[in-house]
Amino acid sequence: MHDRAIAATHGLRHHFADLDQQRESATLGMWVFLVTEIMFFGGLFAAYLVYRTAHYDAWVTGSEHMDFWFGTINTVILLCSSLLVALAVHAVQVGRNKTCALYLWIASAMGVAFLVLKGFEYHAHIVEGAVPGALWKLTVPDPQAVQMFFYIYFVMTGLHALHVTIGIILLAVIGWYAAKGAYSPANHNSVHVSGLYWHFVDVVWIFLYPLLYLIAHKKA
Amino acid sequence: MAEHVVSRKTYIVVWGALMALMILTAGLSRIDLGEWSTVVALAIAAIKALLVILFFMHVRYESQKMAWVFVVAGFFWLGILLALTMTDYLSRGSLGVAGH
Repeated sequence: MHDRAIAATHGLRHHFADLDQQRESATLGMWVFLVTEIMFFGGLFAAYLVYRTAHYDAWVTGSEHMDFWFGTINTVILLCSSLLVALAVHAVQVGRNKTCALYLWIASAMGVAFLVLKGFEYHAHIVEGAVPGALWKLTVPDPQAVQMFFYIYFVMTGLHALHVTIGIILLAVIGWYAAKGAYSPANHNSVHVSGLYWHFVDVVWIFLYPLLYLIAHKKA
Repeated sequence: MAEHVVSRKTYIVVWGALMALMILTAGLSRIDLGEWSTVVALAIAAIKALLVILFFMHVRYESQKMAWVFVVAGFFWLGILLALTMTDYLSRGSLGVAGH
C-alpha cells in the first residue's frame, strides 16, 4: 500500500490530495467547459430552428444545394477518429504510450482530412454562388431566406471547423507528449480531457449532419 | 475511486453501432417519410450522440455524481433554450393582439 502510494504521487499537483481527486477535478473542469460549448453552439441551433420554422421552403431549397456525399464521408471520418481517440485513452490506461500517440496522430490526420473535404465543399459553394452577400449567384425562389440558410450553414460549419482545427493541434501535441512517455496508467488527464473535447466536436457534427444534409433531402 | 478502464471491445461495438445508425439515417434520407423524416433523423442523431457521450466520453462509467449533474444540466439548459424559444415563435399570432 505504501509503495503504491509513493508511485501514485508522480505527476500529482500539490493542491490535490491524490491522483484520483486530480483526475476527477480535471474531468469536471472539462465538462464545465463543454457545457459552455453546448451554450455556444446551442444559440446557433436555436437560430437554425427559428428560421427553419419561419422559412421551411427556403430550407428545403438550401438543403437541395448541399452535397450528400461530402456530409456523409465527413461523418464517417469523424466517427472513426472518435473511435481512435477512445482507443488512445484505452492504450494510455494500460501503459502503451506509443500506441496512444499513434492513435492520436491518426485521429489528428483524419481531422485534417475532414477540413480538406470541407474546403472542397466550400469551394463548390463559392463556384455555385451559394454564398450569401456579394458572391450570391443562385436563382431560387425567395433568395433572401435561402441566403439565410447558407448564412447559418456557414456560421455553424465554420465554427465547427474552427473547433476541429483546435482539436487537430491538440491531438497532435498530446500525441507528441504521449510518444515521449509523459503519461502513465495512473496519470493521463491530458489524453482523457483532450479526448472529451474531440468527442464533443463529433457530437456537434452528429447533429449538423442530419440538419444540414439529410432533412428535406429530396429522393435521389 | 480508481478510473474505470473501458475495454477495446466495448469501444469497437459502440463504433459499429454508430456506423450502422449513420448508414440507416443516410439511407432513410433517400426515402420520403414526409413529416416523419425530421423526427426520425433527429431521433437517430440523439441516439448517436448518447452513445458517444455515455461510452466514448466515459459518462456511463463516471464515478463522481457531480459530473453527471453537469452533463445533464448542460443538455437540460439546451432543452430550455430550444423549447421556450419555440413556444414563443410557434404561438405568435395564436392570440389576438390589440393594434395588430
